[in-house]
Amino acid sequence: MAEKVLMKGNEAIAEAAIRAGCLHYFGYPITPQTELAAYMAKRMPKIGGVFLQAESEIAAINMVYGVAGTGKRVMTSSSSPGVSLKQEGISYIAGADLPALIVNVQRGGPGLGSIQPSQSDYFQATKGGGHGDYHLIVLTPSSVQEMADLTALAFDLADKYRMPAMLLADGTMGQMMEPVSLPEPSCHTVDKPWAVTGTKMQRPHNIINSLYLQPEELEQTNLARYERYKEVEANETRWEEYLMDDAEIAVVAFGIAARVSRNAVNAARKEGIKAGLIRPITIWPFPKAPIAAAADKVKAFISVELSMGQMIEDVKLASECKKPVSLVSRCGGIIPSPDQVLDAIRKSAGGNE
Amino acid sequence: MVVFQKPHSLTDAPLHYCPGCTHGIIHRLVAEAIDSLGIEGETIGVAPVGCAVMAYNYFACDMVEAAHGRAPAVATGLKRALPDNIIFSYQGDGDLASIGMAETVHAATRNENITVIFVNNAIYGMTGGQMAPTSLPGQVTQTSPYGRDVATAGYPIRVCEMLSQLDGPEYIARVAVNNVKNVKQAGKAILKGFRNQIDKKGFSLIEVVSSCPTNWGMTPDKALQWVEEKMIPYYPLGVYKDRSAKEAE
Amino acid sequence: MTTELLIAGFGGQGVLFAGKCIAYKGLFEGRELSWLPSYGPEMRGGTANCSVILSDEPVGSPIVSEPDVLIAMNLPSLDKYEGAVKPGGTILVDSTLIERKVERTDVRVCYLPATKLAADMGAPTLANMVMMGQFIKVSDAIKMDGLEDAMKKVISAKHADLLELNVKAIQLGYGYEA
Repeated sequence: MAEKVLMKGNEAIAEAAIRAGCLHYFGYPITPQTELAAYMAKRMPKIGGVFLQAESEIAAINMVYGVAGTGKRVMTSSSSPGVSLKQEGISYIAGADLPALIVNVQRGGPGLGSIQPSQSDYFQATKGGGHGDYHLIVLTPSSVQEMADLTALAFDLADKYRMPAMLLADGTMGQMMEPVSLPEPSCHTVDKPWAVTGTKMQRPHNIINSLYLQPEELEQTNLARYERYKEVEANETRWEEYLMDDAEIAVVAFGIAARVSRNAVNAARKEGIKAGLIRPITIWPFPKAPIAAAADKVKAFISVELSMGQMIEDVKLASECKKPVSLVSRCGGIIPSPDQVLDAIRKSAGGNE
Repeated sequence: MVVFQKPHSLTDAPLHYCPGCTHGIIHRLVAEAIDSLGIEGETIGVAPVGCAVMAYNYFACDMVEAAHGRAPAVATGLKRALPDNIIFSYQGDGDLASIGMAETVHAATRNENITVIFVNNAIYGMTGGQMAPTSLPGQVTQTSPYGRDVATAGYPIRVCEMLSQLDGPEYIARVAVNNVKNVKQAGKAILKGFRNQIDKKGFSLIEVVSSCPTNWGMTPDKALQWVEEKMIPYYPLGVYKDRSAKEAE
Repeated sequence: MTTELLIAGFGGQGVLFAGKCIAYKGLFEGRELSWLPSYGPEMRGGTANCSVILSDEPVGSPIVSEPDVLIAMNLPSLDKYEGAVKPGGTILVDSTLIERKVERTDVRVCYLPATKLAADMGAPTLANMVMMGQFIKVSDAIKMDGLEDAMKKVISAKHADLLELNVKAIQLGYGYEA
């Protein structure tokens, strides 16, 4: 393991991306992800990389599309309102089967919202966001270490499955500092025979495209893409379980909400309540299996979110509503307190006694 | 003996353009420039959304299809990733001067080392003839059925005049393809646009005043006449900016 | 042992910086830790605060809502957070800027005229470092040993001349009998 350093989450993403061989970054200023762009602006010129502050988020994501077409690793980052603007480009990137990384350090919404942490882009990230049938691989770090580790993983998965990946963080994760051990530089290259790099007059031309005027052709393309999505669901679903072995109350939370929930679970255990935590690390693909398994064992689920309740729908679907699912939520940029979660655990535990 | 041949950098795919449309001529001029510079193997083209959306099937070089208006941003990404390749975008007036104006202006002001072919036919052709940012005052279109009323719809945008005010771009020129003389002139300007890129001089934009007989509701012949009589007076041909030439003076 | 620290004051008082120094010292001692700033417009002249958690176990939530130790650098911060401190916890008060006394009776209170002490040594902006010194003394969360090495990480080479002064201010605060 490399020596631990103290870094802000936003900076950890930037450094990890560079170490993963990403030498192209395009962005547009927005709080609370500014440190990421600032880090790239400082580092890229020194290592022969490209940092470009685009004229808009729309331009930035389309620059990403251009680089992704050449097969090189590329990323952009923004926060909620900016990520809304990027949705057009994200849909095109998905439709052209290109790998790329989009980082969303979420803030409260809708509209201009607030600049404080939020998880209210869950639907946008997991259920489309842009138009058409597609998915992103969505990774949700809950520590600065994971900000780095999941960034590297996101590039690898995006390349492997030829699809865009999103790192869905929040303002807390971006702004906080924790000791982090940065991954060694390693760019896992995969063959990209589809890339546009010039034919060199040695092969037929490659076309990066998402337009299929023949409906049958588009349908076949989408079906093939969804076959790949099935592979992703089978191979790349990630989650962490904490004290779930004998749990009677399952708290489900990701990112900062999972950190808060872990405190609450510990506090509940001290009171003799058998609480546990399922922390999705990917929210697409969503960890349906551990929730389905828990549904046969626990009394109740609690979904803890920094939103009006978005992931709760996936928890209900995965558990097939076999057990009650309640919501602990704060929104607008406010983080639920461990006590708020603990109260909900007590209620769920007591309710069936 | 001169044998008339199809340029190598055009594929054999039949063009889908309407009879009398000048996209075919402009495609050919671009392909001839690519051929004569011997850069087909290094060139990557960016197709727009608009009538030329399927240009990716017609050019034999590598191609990328961009979202509406975003071609200069996509081209920027390509060029930054592959600085030794030749990147061009091929865009219409709605694409370049309306929805993609920000991308156009900023690629120009960055002097992004790309070549932009801007086809101005004063109408949205692909969607059936709506008013474009370059539709002339009084021009009847599907969405200006009583003629473009500048009081409510504003005035046409003269892209070359506007961009030439920027310090950034290398070369800004307007040409037309309505007669043999103009076609030859257009070919030269397009060639220069690509050569500038090879010489790493920066952003070149060649506006090609073009016609749309179908949506203008004219015969091809009449449409070319309309270019001469209406379009060119509003959009005067010429070189609006040529930094290297100016510096050489 | 886990210490949850909240440092609060005006923007410009070096609240985040003090937190960073404490965090780096924790890192050097191999502790688990988190540092979380308030962020946004309030950083410019409004109230700024910063949560630092030092622990022997992985840190759960990085948000400190009930601090073991509160460092109050101005009156609004004391007003806002006095009630939040854990019973049995500690409040450090910069008595140069805060005239009132702490009302709580279930916490330990250390009054030290940090701004004045710093001004007397010719560096009035280092009140934050004086408070940090006192924090080290009363909290047992981090040690004084190896302080300079940690401070070198926080103070960039460009400002190396300030290193000595900062360390001196921390020592001053550490030595003060509140």
